[in-house]
Amino acid sequence: MTSHLFSTSTNGETHPLTYRLREDRGYVGLDEFQQKDGYEALRTTLRDLSPDDLIENMKTANLRGRGGGGFSAGTKWSLTARGDEHPRGYIVCNADEMEPGTFKDRMLMQEIPHLLIEGMILAGYANNARMGYIFLRGEYVLAAERIEQALIEAREAGILGPKVCGSDFDFDIFLHTGAGRYICGEETALINSLEGRRANPRSKPPFPGQSGAWGKPTVVNNVETLCNVPAIALHGGEWYQNLSGGRSEDGGTKLFGVSGRVKRPGLVELPMGVSGAELLDMAGGMRDGLELKTWLPGGGSTGFLLPEHLELPLDFDAIGKAGSRLGTGLMTVVAHNQSVVSLTRNLEEFFARESCGWCTPCRDGLPWSVRLLRAIEHGEGEEGDIDMLLSLARDIGPGKTFCAHAPGAAMPLETAIKHFRHEFEAGIRHQKQEAHAEPIPVGSV
Amino acid sequence: MTMDTPATGNTRTSKASQGNLIASAGRLNDFELTDEERHEIEHEMGHYENPRAASIGALKIVQKSRGWVSDGAVIAISDVLGIPSSDIEGVATFYSLIFRQPVGRHVILVCDSSSCFLTGYDELRDAISKELGIGLGQTTGDDRFTLLPVCCLGACDRGPALMIDEDLHGPLEPGDVSALLERYT
Ligand SMILES: Cc1cc2nc3c(=O)[nH]c(=O)nc-3n(C[C@H](O)[C@H](O)[C@H](O)COP(=O)(O)O)c2cc1C
Ligand code: SF4
Ligand code: FES
Repeated sequence: MTSHLFSTSTNGETHPLTYRLREDRGYVGLDEFQQKDGYEALRTTLRDLSPDDLIENMKTANLRGRGGGGFSAGTKWSLTARGDEHPRGYIVCNADEMEPGTFKDRMLMQEIPHLLIEGMILAGYANNARMGYIFLRGEYVLAAERIEQALIEAREAGILGPKVCGSDFDFDIFLHTGAGRYICGEETALINSLEGRRANPRSKPPFPGQSGAWGKPTVVNNVETLCNVPAIALHGGEWYQNLSGGRSEDGGTKLFGVSGRVKRPGLVELPMGVSGAELLDMAGGMRDGLELKTWLPGGGSTGFLLPEHLELPLDFDAIGKAGSRLGTGLMTVVAHNQSVVSLTRNLEEFFARESCGWCTPCRDGLPWSVRLLRAIEHGEGEEGDIDMLLSLARDIGPGKTFCAHAPGAAMPLETAIKHFRHEFEAGIRHQKQEAHAEPIPVGSV
Repeated sequence: MTMDTPATGNTRTSKASQGNLIASAGRLNDFELTDEERHEIEHEMGHYENPRAASIGALKIVQKSRGWVSDGAVIAISDVLGIPSSDIEGVATFYSLIFRQPVGRHVILVCDSSSCFLTGYDELRDAISKELGIGLGQTTGDDRFTLLPVCCLGACDRGPALMIDEDLHGPLEPGDVSALLERYT
């Protein structure tokens, strides 16, 4: 089983992530990958480019992190501790994909793991890393099989291991599978988990690029981010930046997707800056009889947007200005007959359960928000509950907690109340009766 | 029997099970790793800078062959890795896919995240509960199934989705449940 693609192309210059996918959507093995120019970027880079050249390319490309944060990958790489005075460190691929509504990395790893491997080796070369780890969530069983197979093929072909492709550079990759918990996706929690500890985040600074796994310089990047690296290395940063052709300042293409109450959920590779309306169309629109009420642009930790926001370009800045976040770029579509209070309760239950428990506002605040939301959902909310929810959301907002998990929980909560306050108010009980001056006659309620 | 769901993941270690662990640490541990398990764990250790990093892998190795991780297994793993059993216990209780109590022969992980919530999670979960007579976090009396909630399975385009053991299924209607479960004996 694989995700439906809205459209496909075999043109590597317009669809760098997906042009090599097979028509039957099976595994693209080493031979086929190489026939389709696979590992060409790695070979030419090792031959013609210095690590600094590659980092410059990455900066020009303006590839913004596809794990949800949108931080420039080139900038991140330029801050890694490199050079003779530093030990060689690690490239860690964040393949923990658990953001509600997100199903893009799974497809890349199941169908074309060699692209990820090539991207990781290039990242290793640029950042002077010794080894790479793919931190894969335990439930992705098929992806694990395919990655293992690709690693073996690459090692046998001399693409991984000592003297990568006959160069002086050595690099190997190991697949590490997780054992659950969303917080493992937070990059410093992920490093703790990789080291065999509880997945509590670490304080920053030091940033992983200075001191990460086992105290060594460590670059953590998302699967999709790393899969973009080979094309940037091969065609240059300017080419990549121009892929988004005036639609967005952010460079390149991205895997977008749609799930929820649409006719044909699925994925598609499109330039940054495509609109939500275009994606919704590709997904066949709403299911029969349903109308669009609201949508999340990129996962459970992004803010609710309205139908009028469908015309916005999907990129980090435009969606940020509308009071949400692009996040992972996979839309969740909500129909008119869905209670926003219930959906918000579902989201906050997720965040409460997945809190790592390290800091108080998140550990105690999120379960409290769930209690209030449940009451409102059942029409048993009390006067002041909505303000209490807003104040809770503020208290777990950016800068108030140890990591970005809690601010991620605050965003859907705040925006749900902002756009749909009337639904929350409808769940507050007996406002009038409590203010009643006369005693209420027995039997009248 | 019931077991904690990951809903309380960060506080899953009950006082009782901590007590058991301390008590059993004082006794001779009658749990033994098989040679195969031990080799697999030692192999795992070789992939990292130090043995501690293999602790989650080691727990998964034991769980793969035995279904769950007993107190004795925690101690045996700590011996192999050379780190305190309390550290192994801390890790074992943190991660939702490590089971510190026996589970059924088949574990159902039903996605309760947003896209599946929108496409019929409640109805799917209720259908499973009705079919098996258990709620989330519980195991059937014949030890055949344990039902647990799980974070977004990355199959939102096929919601509502669930996994049984290593198999992903979706989209599912409540009416599909009975035939699906019959495939797992
Ligand atoms: C609670 C939480 C969960 C996260 N989960 C993921 C994840 O599953 N995958 C991912 O790539 N990034 C995730 N991130 C973002 C990472 O912390 C980090 O920013 C990212 O891996 C960096 O890679 P990128 O710059 O290539 O996106 C998460 C962040 C937080 C706060
Ligand atoms: S914000 Fe939440 S998840 Fe992040 S460190 Fe604090 S308790 Fe843990
Ligand atoms: S929300 Fe259920 S699989 Fe993603």
